[in-house]
Amino acid sequence: MTVAVNHAFPAGLALETHKQRALTSTILVLPPPGTAVLSLEQGFSGAVVEPVVAVGAEVAVGTPVAQPHDERATTLHSPVSGRVTAIEPRPAATVTGTATCIVIESDGRDRRDPAWRASADVESLSSAELVARLRAAGIAGLGGAAFPTATKLEAARARGARRLLLNGAECEPWICCDDALMREQAQDILHGARLMMRALEADSCVIAIEDDKPDAIAAVRAAIAATGPASGFAVQVVPAIYPQGAERQLATAVTGAEVPTAGLPADIGITCQNVATAMSVARWAREGEPCIARVVTVTGSGVAGPRNVLARIGTPLATLVDAAGGYCDTPLRLIAGGNMTGRALGSDDAGLSKAINCILVATAADLQPRLTAVELPCIRCGDCAAVCPVALLPQQLHRAALADDEAGLLAHGLWDCIDCGCCDFVCPSQIPLAHRFRIARRSLREREDTRRKAAEARERHERHERRVREAAEAERHAFEHARARARGLQSDQDRP
Amino acid sequence: MNAGAVVVACIVAAALAVAIGAALGWIAARVRRDENPLVERIDALLPQSQCGQCLYPGCRPYAVAIAHGEADIDRCPPGGETTIRALARLLDREPRPVDPRYGVPQEQPIVAWIDEERCIGCARCLPACPVDAIVGASRYLHTVIANECTGCELCVPTCPVDCIELRPGARLQTGDRARRAA
Repeated sequence: MTVAVNHAFPAGLALETHKQRALTSTILVLPPPGTAVLSLEQGFSGAVVEPVVAVGAEVAVGTPVAQPHDERATTLHSPVSGRVTAIEPRPAATVTGTATCIVIESDGRDRRDPAWRASADVESLSSAELVARLRAAGIAGLGGAAFPTATKLEAARARGARRLLLNGAECEPWICCDDALMREQAQDILHGARLMMRALEADSCVIAIEDDKPDAIAAVRAAIAATGPASGFAVQVVPAIYPQGAERQLATAVTGAEVPTAGLPADIGITCQNVATAMSVARWAREGEPCIARVVTVTGSGVAGPRNVLARIGTPLATLVDAAGGYCDTPLRLIAGGNMTGRALGSDDAGLSKAINCILVATAADLQPRLTAVELPCIRCGDCAAVCPVALLPQQLHRAALADDEAGLLAHGLWDCIDCGCCDFVCPSQIPLAHRFRIARRSLREREDTRRKAAEARERHERHERRVREAAEAERHAFEHARARARGLQSDQDRP
Repeated sequence: MNAGAVVVACIVAAALAVAIGAALGWIAARVRRDENPLVERIDALLPQSQCGQCLYPGCRPYAVAIAHGEADIDRCPPGGETTIRALARLLDREPRPVDPRYGVPQEQPIVAWIDEERCIGCARCLPACPVDAIVGASRYLHTVIANECTGCELCVPTCPVDCIELRPGARLQTGDRARRAA
């Protein structure tokens, strides 16, 4: 491990990479699975979608099966043709390890939905129409967040970002699906990028690639040369420093400006999309294909033949592992994503989601010593602060997290933490820092929700009290009025 | 020095006193706070379930009692340890566990639920709800707006057919982006 400084953001880590083995073969196209397991929670953000099909329904490839409540999730389309056999909780690649899933049994015919057709007018659509179509096609950020591309493009355009940044950095040490895509399908990536530029009304596009991917750089450069000089595309080679591929860090590397706290890269005039997302956009533009497939790296010392596969969303992870030669050695962890920011899964029955860019079958040798080591007290060595790419003080944050000190957590920038795990990696006491910060963020959010709910309850209670008081007053008035009238009548009668 | 100057000085001083007095009075009336500011701050820390377990008729009366030193800070089971710690910090007192005489803190949030098979539409639970979270009318089925319910249990004893029970309620989750947008 060395701390490098010749790049735009502070610190970071120069990590040993393990990409070569999976890159020796080209992307393998997997057939549609016999059973597709579609999680209603595509990713780790907690955004869920609502099923729009019932158990027993016949679906075809591309039939929408679930719709989002808001603009933070994407429409899910059936990746196979067949019958919905269950909508029930199943193991899934989510924070809790389970989610309600739509299970679709394939009829093996791979029949397309009648509504699926390539739109001939793609090239003449306006920006707003293009965004609406991308939303309907369920296109999501395939870099690992699965955030709706349409929402992101819309927000970026509203904030005046006129520059597109294609993220081909891919800094996680094991993941190489974007590298493979750039080598093999650079033309398509540029096609998708052009459409996103139109949706954004952008005039230029930078494709940022780390310098340890010379083949990808050459392929993309060749594709740009083939499209002609006035295309607005440019390749920017960035140093291979983890976490170079993090959105904010990459935006800084390309523009030289820092993304403000609680802001978006759009605030510095640029918006970031993954190269795989551009590929997904190109497939939609060419064939009308909604987001039903993605390239995923299946790797680690625990699989016999690491490689990249193009698989339908919902393909059980066990099928993907089999496609990479099956398990070997003694796998310790099944990780969705890379070893730095990925999440351990409890079962390989889970289906592939839009957010999974890598299945890492890790053996003890692939993992840090942490798994076998015991967590020791913080010795305040400051190594974590020296590697933090956001220049936070993880040791101070950790102290505040242990003490549940809300003010301290906020003062030390908990919300600026990008969850990259650099601090974890270097901690000599094996403290799971990033994990603690994740929990702290969750509990802060919960507390914020509780406070908001309390404020609402107070307001409702005050309205209730006021109403009760007014009702009582009105009753008293009516009573007194009646009594006064009765008295009047009485005195009338008493008169001689 | 002549008598005229003294009279003028007295008049000027009196006029000034009246003017300043009026200005101060006006400002005091303008910016006057009806409530003890400490009550507001205590009330802000209470969970607003309005359940009355503290034996005061709502969160605000309890806040008033704490502010006047009439009640201790350990009477709020719905707030639990979190609320007591926040109150202890605000009032510079020692935190302590919730006094079990007033109730036991719930492990997870609960909300009222009406068994619609058994509800007879008597409308007796409607006025009992301190936050108007029950929807219904006489001889119509009632239901609880789970998102607004504070789990205070005040509706339970009012039901003549015992069709209200408390169930674990889902805690609302908001994402990073919602927080940013706010």
